[in-house]
Amino acid sequence: MCSPFRSLSRLRDVLLLGGVLLAVGPGCQRSSRTLLETAPMSAKAERDRPARNPYEDNAYAMTEGQRLYEWYNCSGCHARGGGGIGPPLMAKTWRYGKEPGGIYTSIVEGRPNGMPSWRGKMPEYQVWQIVTYVQTLDADRSIASPPGPREEHMQAGEGASSR
Amino acid sequence: MARIPTWVPRDDGQWLHAAKDYASTRFSSLDQIDARNAANLRLAFSFSTGVSKGHEAAPLVVGSTMYIVTPYPNYLYALRLEKSAATVKWTYKPNPDPAAQGVACCDVVNRGAAYADGKIVFNTLDGQTIALNADDGKEIWKTRTGDIRHGESITMAPLVVDGKVLVGNSGAKFGVRGKLTALELANGKVAWTAWSTGPDRDVLLGSRFHPFYAADRGRDLGVTSWPPDAWKIGGGTVWGWISYDPALNLVYYGTSAAAPWNADQRPGDNKWTAAIFARDPRSGEAIWAYQSNPHGLFDYGGVNENVLVDLPWNGAFRQVLLHADRNGYVYVVDRATGEVLSAKPFTRVTTSTGVDTNTGRPREVSEKRPEIERTVRDICPASAGGKDWQPSAFSPRTGLLYIPENNLCEDAEALEANYIEGTPYLGANIKMYAGAGGHRGALDAWDPVAGASVWSRKEKFPAGSGALVTAGDLVFYGTLDGWFKAVDARSGNLVWQFQAASGIVGQPITYRGPDGKQYVAVLSGVGGWAGLTVSGDVDPQDGTAAWGFAYATKDLPQATRKGGMLYVFSLP
Repeated sequence: MCSPFRSLSRLRDVLLLGGVLLAVGPGCQRSSRTLLETAPMSAKAERDRPARNPYEDNAYAMTEGQRLYEWYNCSGCHARGGGGIGPPLMAKTWRYGKEPGGIYTSIVEGRPNGMPSWRGKMPEYQVWQIVTYVQTLDADRSIASPPGPREEHMQAGEGASSR
Repeated sequence: MARIPTWVPRDDGQWLHAAKDYASTRFSSLDQIDARNAANLRLAFSFSTGVSKGHEAAPLVVGSTMYIVTPYPNYLYALRLEKSAATVKWTYKPNPDPAAQGVACCDVVNRGAAYADGKIVFNTLDGQTIALNADDGKEIWKTRTGDIRHGESITMAPLVVDGKVLVGNSGAKFGVRGKLTALELANGKVAWTAWSTGPDRDVLLGSRFHPFYAADRGRDLGVTSWPPDAWKIGGGTVWGWISYDPALNLVYYGTSAAAPWNADQRPGDNKWTAAIFARDPRSGEAIWAYQSNPHGLFDYGGVNENVLVDLPWNGAFRQVLLHADRNGYVYVVDRATGEVLSAKPFTRVTTSTGVDTNTGRPREVSEKRPEIERTVRDICPASAGGKDWQPSAFSPRTGLLYIPENNLCEDAEALEANYIEGTPYLGANIKMYAGAGGHRGALDAWDPVAGASVWSRKEKFPAGSGALVTAGDLVFYGTLDGWFKAVDARSGNLVWQFQAASGIVGQPITYRGPDGKQYVAVLSGVGGWAGLTVSGDVDPQDGTAAWGFAYATKDLPQATRKGGMLYVFSLP
């Protein structure tokens, strides 16, 4: 059973406090760890952000990005790329383009049709790690993917059908 | 045979709110169109709504005007009904906040408006209730009860009871705390708010509250049946249907499943999620409550319609409500006391082995319990329910309840859910697929006295539309791939069908036109949770897309396309 107050903790508050260990009860799958390694991005940092993804095709950033994609509930709307509330990231065309700088902006600033702004809620390097992972979902790219997702058993295929 | 309560007024040929009458029968006594002549039905007129998302609403007919509310951006059209045509009388555009689209779990739907006292009342996705002058569309009042920043939206059709507009919220999948709010029809002021979770004073449980079952008695159960503070983000939203018994002076409605989906994060019964409430509409006080799925494991919410009928039971008529729950059982509940008289499965159920009428609780099957790091397969019904919100219809002529059903099962795996305000609060990987038999939907004619199906029509796709039944002994319903069908209410035989341009997830209605003829109307426009592979361009290559529903409708994009359209039919 997971400690109930952990599920209640507003991630934003936790992050703003900085370096707070999330208390996780026995049985929870995530171990305690320090969340914040650099300060949340500043307005200046954002102005100066590189147009190019500093982690592009970096395997570690991809796997970290995949973990963070779950952690920040990106999957709640975009699923594992197939979409739901949010548009599919496997799609051929993306509403706001496929430039890494544009993906970064979508995450930090949000978009008017429902994409929330994550400004101040995650440090810049994590935004880029998520960008790195999201780029791998793009149907047009043929780069190596991060290690197979745990959810492989949930992918489309034959297998489960009417019984 | 079950019958409609005597207080249901004589049919005047209009359709004033989504469920037709307070008993929510969706029965019309119009009988010009019947099984002998329905084959001659033809399109009288159509009207494009200009919106391409899921059209779940019932059109309304008041006098010689039809009213339609669209999905986001929630246009309200008033159409002048003329012979074989409809012209726009006025249009009202509420301009809801576009960001609301990001907190609408299951497409940006709206389930309809309501008419009362010269006003058209409807809700917007971004949390407003708006009352318009039905004649000219001028705004009379506007009240906001929902806040999208918390993930809260409104999709339900309001119901006007005794001078109050009853409005419930959506967003359990965002950890929204459920509530029903009563607004004064005259001016939009909040009369009372009944929360679904929290202390008794918030849930409006007082001296008049007498639940039938022992587990529902006790102080502040809406707090103590949760881990500390979890009730504040625990779901129990009110996005389905409301019925009203004016003789008992009680309104009935169900609350959604608990949040998060991962039940291990909320030990306890999680009251009053997945429950039915009976309340006094004047004060909001609860009279009884019954929780059909305590500590719900599968997102089986209780929001489905409650059809009020009088039913012979052990030699006497009982005042009951019929409730086809997402968990796969049709409940017959004494609507004065909350006692469950029977609960019989209408579909294949693997998650429980029945309902214990001594406690009211389902007998759960422990091996179907989702866990972290373990995929549980063949969970039936799937989380979308043996039926979802799509409402059934009851005919007093046959005594049967016509239930549009899903025939879906799922594989599920629990995950740790993080609460981040305004984002989904789930903790589950889900993949749905066809249940036994391989068909994904059905229309079932259910005898509530016997607790058994009389006939059933299989459908390739989940039966995503509401049902309508008429005194011509016809049942009308639509399919996800766009067929609008009339079937014989006694035999289930197909009498007539029409291919609409887009799949049907709306609610058919019938009315007497200004020319005295009977018309049947339905909105097409595929979408909703079931139709997101089309309306949301969701990609079913990802088995978990649209929270697992995309996989079950992966062939829908080959069968239909987007687009909202009203179709109205009549005899030549």
